[in-house]
Amino acid sequence: MHVRIDHLTKRFGDFTAVDDFNMDFDDGKLTALLGPSGCGKSTMLNMLSGILPVTEGHIYFDEDDVTGMPPQDRGVGLVFQNYALYPHMTVLENIAFPLEIKKVPKTERLEKAKEMAKLVHVDTLLDRRPGALSGGQQQRVAIARALIKEPRLLLLDEPLSNLDARLRLEMREEIRRIQLRTGVTTIFVTHDQEEAMSICDKIVLMKDGILQQEDAPQELYDDPHNLFVANFLGNPPINNIEGVIRDNAFVTRDSAVTIRYRNFSKDLPEGREVILGIRAEAAIISRDETHDFTGRIKSRYTMGKEELAFLNLGDQEIRVYLSTEYEDKPGEDANFHLRSKGVFLFDKETGERI
Amino acid sequence: MADVKTAKKKSRDEQGNYIFNRRFEPFGYLIPFALGLIVFTIYPIVNVVIMAFKEKYRLSGRYDGFGLYNFEYVLANDDFRNALSNTFLYVFTVVPIATVLAILIANLLNQKIRGMAIFQTAYFLPMVTSSIAVGLSWRYIFNTQVGVLNWILSVFGINAVDWLGASGARAPWNIVAVIIFGIWNMLPFTIILLLSGLQNIDPMYYTAARVDGAGSRMMFFRITVPLLAPTIFLTMIINMISAFKVYNEIIPFWSGRPGAMNNVYTMVYFIKEQFYSKDRLGFAAAAAIILFLIIFAFTMLQRFVQRRFRY
Repeated sequence: MHVRIDHLTKRFGDFTAVDDFNMDFDDGKLTALLGPSGCGKSTMLNMLSGILPVTEGHIYFDEDDVTGMPPQDRGVGLVFQNYALYPHMTVLENIAFPLEIKKVPKTERLEKAKEMAKLVHVDTLLDRRPGALSGGQQQRVAIARALIKEPRLLLLDEPLSNLDARLRLEMREEIRRIQLRTGVTTIFVTHDQEEAMSICDKIVLMKDGILQQEDAPQELYDDPHNLFVANFLGNPPINNIEGVIRDNAFVTRDSAVTIRYRNFSKDLPEGREVILGIRAEAAIISRDETHDFTGRIKSRYTMGKEELAFLNLGDQEIRVYLSTEYEDKPGEDANFHLRSKGVFLFDKETGERI
Repeated sequence: MADVKTAKKKSRDEQGNYIFNRRFEPFGYLIPFALGLIVFTIYPIVNVVIMAFKEKYRLSGRYDGFGLYNFEYVLANDDFRNALSNTFLYVFTVVPIATVLAILIANLLNQKIRGMAIFQTAYFLPMVTSSIAVGLSWRYIFNTQVGVLNWILSVFGINAVDWLGASGARAPWNIVAVIIFGIWNMLPFTIILLLSGLQNIDPMYYTAARVDGAGSRMMFFRITVPLLAPTIFLTMIINMISAFKVYNEIIPFWSGRPGAMNNVYTMVYFIKEQFYSKDRLGFAAAAAIILFLIIFAFTMLQRFVQRRFRY
C-alpha cells in the first residue's frame, strides 16, 4: 500500500513535534524514520497508526484519506518498543489475539497463528508464555501478532532497541527477511543510522520535527543535502574542517592547509566561511608528489585490515584510513588524494550544501 | 616457653569466644521479640487447643480429663449449626459480590476524570470509620417504617421489607441485611487493593488491543481481569478470612443479640457467647478450632488455585 502524507503537522501546546511533512512511503518497501531522540519520529509513527490525532494535514493510504480514522479501521499492524505481549496468554494465543478480536472461528485463527509462528520461526515455542521467552523471541512473536491480520501497513517502533548487540544484528536481518517475504509496506522508527542503512529501501531523516532528507541509504550517504545529514550517517563520523573559500580552493581557518579539489564547483563564493566534510575513506594516501592536501600524522590505531590515523590539518584534526603497509610514523607529513565521493562543502552558517 | 604457651592458650580462648559470639549472639537479639511471640501468640493458641480437649473445663482450672466431648456437643448444638450455615451463607455471598462490585468500581475510579479525588475519598471513607458506629446508622437505613432503603424500594413499587424485625418464619431478612452491610463494609479495602493492581497494568496493553480493534468489553475480560487476577485472589483470600470471622456486622443491629429471633448466629458470635455469657470455655475453644480448620482449608484451596494465575 502506498502511503502519502500531505502537510502533516503535530503540535503539543507550543511545541511542534512534526512540522509540515510532505512525503510518500512506497508500496511494498521498507522505510526507516531515522533521527536523534526527540526528533518526532515516534510521533510520526503514532499518527500513521492513528494512536495520536493529527494537528494539521492529511494522511492517505492509497486513495483513502485516513486522517481522522480510528486505529482499528486503518488496517495497520503495530510492533511496540517493549513488544506489549500479553503476559497471561501463550505465544499462540498472543499471535491469534487480533483474530480473536475480529471473532474469527477458533480453529481457523489458531491455524493462521501457527502459520505466522512458522514465518517468524517461533513455531517451537507456541505453548510458552512471554515471560519464558528471550528478547529476540518476544520480538518475533510481536511481529507475528502484528502481521496475522494481514495489515496494509506494518509499523515498528524502535524494534531493536531492547535487544543486545548480537541479537540486534540478527533481528534486523530477520525483519528484512520477513518484510521481503510478505511484501508488506513497512515503516520503522530507529535512532541507529547503521540499522537504517543496512536494511532499508529508503531512509527518512528527521531533526527537530523537520524533514532533513529522504532517499535511498546509499544516496543519503553519498549526497547529503546538509551538514546534519552528513554528520548523522557513517561510522566513523565524517570529518568537519572549518575554513574559508579563497580563489576556488578551501583554506583552513588558520590558513595552514589549502585544499584544491577537482570536483569543487568552478565558481565558489569567494571569502565564504564553510565547513569541508571529508569521509574517512575519501582521503587516500598519495604515492607520488601529486596530491590534494598534506597533513601531519598525529597517531595511528590498528583496525585489523587497515589503520585509522589522526591527521593534523593546522589546528584541526581529521580521521583517515591508512593501509597497514604505509610506514610513515606519527610526526611525519603525508600527502593525500581526495576521491570523487565523500567530499562535501557546507555553508558554515546554514549547514546547507554548497 | 611458658609465655608462648599462655599466649597460644589465650588466643584459643579468644577464638572460642569469637565462635561462641558468632553462633549465639544473634539469638540474643531475637529474645525480646521471641518472648512476645511466645507469650502472646504461641501460648494462647496452644492453650486453646488444649482447652478444646479438656472436658468440663472451668476458669478455675478444674477439668475432668481429656476427650472429644466439646466437639461432639458443639457439632450437635442448634445454635452452632445455625452459626455455621449463617457464616457460610455470609462468606459465599459477601465475598463474591463485594469482589465483583469492587472490580467494577475500581475500574470506574481508575479513569482520569476531574474531581476523581472526591469520588475516591467517598469510596474509601468507610474504611476509616468504625463498623459498629456505622452499623448503628445502617440500623436506621434498614428501619422498616422510616428507613431510607424501604423508601427507595417504595419508589420502585416494592413493599416495605422488615429487614431487622421478627416478621416471617425465622425472620429471613435479618441475614440479608447483615450481608448488605457486610458487602458495603468490605468494599473500600478491596477497591483500594484492586485500584493499585489496576494502576500496575501497563497501558500499552490497551493501546495494542485498541489498534487491533478490541472493544472495551473485550479489553476488560481478556486483558484487565486476567492481569488483575493475582490481586483479585489476594483480596479474596484476605476478605474470606475476615468474612469467616463476621461478628461486628451483627452487633449494632439488634443491640448485641444475634438477630431478631436469635436466628443470625455466626461462628464468632457463638464462640463469644459460649465463652463470656455461658462460661463454657471448652465449647468456645472447640468451636474456635473448627472455625480455624475451615478457614485454613479454604485458604489452602485458594492458594492452590491461585498458582495457575502467575505469569
